[in-house]
Amino acid sequence: MDDTDRRIMHATQAGLPLTPEPYQTLAEQLGLSKEEVMQRMAAMQTSGIIRRIGAVPNHYQLGYRFNGMTVWDVPDEQIDKLGQHVGQLPFVSHCYHRPRHKPDWPYNLFAMVHGKTQAEADGQIMQIAEVLGEYCRGRDVLYSTKILKKTGFRSSGA
Amino acid sequence: MLTDLHKQLLNDFQRDFPLSPTPYRDIADTLGATETDVLAALAELTGQQFISRIGAVIPPNQIGASMLVAMAVPEAELQTVADQISAFPEVNHNYEREHRFNLWFVAVAASAQQLQAVIGRIEQQTGYAALQLPLVDDFFIDLGFKLDWQHA
Repeated sequence: MDDTDRRIMHATQAGLPLTPEPYQTLAEQLGLSKEEVMQRMAAMQTSGIIRRIGAVPNHYQLGYRFNGMTVWDVPDEQIDKLGQHVGQLPFVSHCYHRPRHKPDWPYNLFAMVHGKTQAEADGQIMQIAEVLGEYCRGRDVLYSTKILKKTGFRSSGA
Repeated sequence: MLTDLHKQLLNDFQRDFPLSPTPYRDIADTLGATETDVLAALAELTGQQFISRIGAVIPPNQIGASMLVAMAVPEAELQTVADQISAFPEVNHNYEREHRFNLWFVAVAASAQQLQAVIGRIEQQTGYAALQLPLVDDFFIDLGFKLDWQHA
């Protein structure tokens, strides 16, 4: 990733322009050709710098009001296999392994669930618990009560 | 009110947005709509914030270093501390959650060293300890999020 790639990513941070030729619009802003913009974005997608290009849905606005960060304590030796399974559940948007900080924070597996009702979210959490089975040694769910800030790159890191 | 076109645009184009000179016309051709309709529908979806944006999604830590941080803040001080944290340009997500750790934010910086400096400044300014939860592994499976319209 070089400086031109970074400039392209920066220019598309707020979204692609809604013009008939969005890459041409970007190219003009950046002093590049549209071919170069498209080629570089394709290359960044192939190399994994870009995960995907598309519409980023806003779950909350679409009626998913019960957005829970579910956190689980599972054995480290099992987490890769369990994380793969949980990540494949259709209602899980993100699934991460993060370190524990005992005693304050015993959880090492994070999965974001999105429900339109509390019952729907509860059902999703139950399905995750079923996947983890006997490996689940502890769990908690943290619902977001307020979005205080959300800007810039949605690096899917939250 | 979401039309069928809105729903198709939301569900079918979370990935594989065309990298072609006229992507909106290509989408219109796929859906049997006109380019004008597609552009208008996408403007409505972004205007009403049903989609945050149309663009590239980048995996965590691809550009710079990022950290998920949790803080336990007394209820009475939560808003003040949250405002202090949101004021940092390096903070791009900040959520209040129901838990003893009630403030959750993501900080991003150009390097791991700069990231630690930012988190240090946040701790110093707020007076609360940052529980740092870096990403160890991302169990990413590229299926997108299937939207459910029945209860919309």
